[in-house]
Amino acid sequence: MRFILDKNTWQEIYGSISKNKTRTIITVIGVLWGIFIYIALSGSAKGLDNGFEKAFESVAVNSMFAWAQNTSMPYKGYKTGRQIQLKLGNATVLQNRIPEIQYIAPRNVRGVFGDAPGAIVRGQKSGSYNVYGDFPVLTKIAAKKIFDGGRFINDEDIEKSRKVCVIGERTQKELFDKGENPIGKFVRIDNVYFQVVGVLKFTQGGGFDKDSDVFIPFSTFKKLYNTADNVGWFAIAAHDDVDVIKVEEDVKMVLKSIHNVHPDDERAIGSFNLGEIFNKIRGFAKGMTFLSLVVGIATILAGVIGIGNILLISVKERTKELGIRRALGATPREVRGQIILESVFLTIVAGILGIILGAATLAIIGSLTKDVEMPYTNPTVPIPYVIGALLIMVILGTLIGLIPAQRAVSIKPIDALREE
Amino acid sequence: MIEIKNLHKSYKMGSNSLHVLKGINFSVAEGELVAIMGSSGSGKSTLLNILGMLDVLDEGSYNLDGVPIVDLNETKAAQYRNKFLGFIFQSFNLINYKSAMENVALPLYYQKVARKEREEKSIKYLEQVGLKEWAGHLPSELSGGQKQRVAIARAMAAEPKVLLADEPTGALDSKTSYEVMDLIQKINDAGNTILIVTHEPDIADMCKRIVHLKDGVIVEDKKVDQVRASQYV
Repeated sequence: MRFILDKNTWQEIYGSISKNKTRTIITVIGVLWGIFIYIALSGSAKGLDNGFEKAFESVAVNSMFAWAQNTSMPYKGYKTGRQIQLKLGNATVLQNRIPEIQYIAPRNVRGVFGDAPGAIVRGQKSGSYNVYGDFPVLTKIAAKKIFDGGRFINDEDIEKSRKVCVIGERTQKELFDKGENPIGKFVRIDNVYFQVVGVLKFTQGGGFDKDSDVFIPFSTFKKLYNTADNVGWFAIAAHDDVDVIKVEEDVKMVLKSIHNVHPDDERAIGSFNLGEIFNKIRGFAKGMTFLSLVVGIATILAGVIGIGNILLISVKERTKELGIRRALGATPREVRGQIILESVFLTIVAGILGIILGAATLAIIGSLTKDVEMPYTNPTVPIPYVIGALLIMVILGTLIGLIPAQRAVSIKPIDALREE
Repeated sequence: MIEIKNLHKSYKMGSNSLHVLKGINFSVAEGELVAIMGSSGSGKSTLLNILGMLDVLDEGSYNLDGVPIVDLNETKAAQYRNKFLGFIFQSFNLINYKSAMENVALPLYYQKVARKEREEKSIKYLEQVGLKEWAGHLPSELSGGQKQRVAIARAMAAEPKVLLADEPTGALDSKTSYEVMDLIQKINDAGNTILIVTHEPDIADMCKRIVHLKDGVIVEDKKVDQVRASQYV
């Protein structure tokens, strides 16, 4: 230990390193590159992970959708090919029978599934937009960001079947003048006047959401389009600790039993869950993180082996020098210690430089991709990973330094001196 | 100072062994300047290597300043070398990326002398060999004679009991050789014990005693009248 803390030791090491600049630089680049790759890769993987996380933050990740189609099996006297129609009452039954369901939002839409979209007119401007009939609970399943001053549909709107609507960003742009506040203004949806109560800030959350979507209360939708208690589909969020795939199956079974569908009929009830997709994407991000870890460690390893290799060559090159040192009284321990310390020192310096370079690169990538539409946010490497990488390098540096150090000691000083 | 009794040394060369030193009895008193002469293969370098603890003896005994040199492992040998011996080589053996001063300071480093003191001492010894102004120069910037003087300063720096010189003038022209011998004589005048291996009779004549080796045995050991090198300089 005294040897390591001794100022003279370091002066000697500094001398030998700084006087052999080319050798030192080449050695350092190997490890520097390794740790740089490691930091840049794992930081990027983390950024990707963060990006996906952010992209999905507006959607409850354990959410699912269920809709009705045609039956494909005869059952209880019903023939094949019967069109199933979901009803508003189904929501209560589902919630009662499946306690795993946290929120359930019945939804209807015009314009998505082949029917005509709502024709919306305001003064001289008009357009066709998808019109959704929704409950306020939808915001619990898919977060709806409303611009300042507005709101989403609330319970009272449902109760009183108010003629209010929430419009999309693009709808605002197309129907209103620039700088005009649409809140409180009226638009005509399929010839009925609706008051705008909010503008929805669009966030890409998958599915068929568009930035021009218009939302009206479910009860108003029902009257406007005469849909009675019909429901287009259910948006369902399961509790956080529940497997959404299991809930999806349960929901389908319950809906099948309500609507007298054969339990084995695969086609009658359609469903889709985000959890599965999300898990796949998360798995992908995790895979990336793991891959970057493996590649990074392997690159560091290659770098450290490079250091060992170059030190080995340099020991060969320095055989005579080491022989002289030993003739002058360097003990094998001192020679060994010097070479190992050189190895460790170079590794650490290279490692720290690599970390700084990697961090700078990540910062640059981070600022460049800030406003770009891609799942890449806040690329960082956790400090324990960095410390871990440094630690690995120190250990590897020591181990790899042992080889040239042993080689240096195994040559007898007399043989070393004889070498010309 | 040096006591050698019945020294044997042989090298294994494949299946047969080569008996290089065949019973050397030899002693050197303090302050002597001894030349060890002999043709190549006579065993003179081997003798010097054993004296320098760079090689181990097979048989016999070796006492240096009253300390029996036995059971040498590398660490112990290194410590003894550092404490007792100074080396001067034919090919100078300076470390090429260290300045003259740093080269001279190196044995002091292994004596755990503090940096500042090391520098002061090495400047002092460089001054003695007349190279104070060259302290910051690299060996590649020095002439052969200057290199050898740096090497002598280095050998002196550790203040050893004995200086061992292996053909110190072997790589130098005769004028420079005499300069180096002049320096060695002066160091000897100051009371240092010096052993020189050489095959040049004129260099040997500049010593106080000549030991002739032939085929591994001492054939002649005589005191001579020293020829001062200064008269040729």
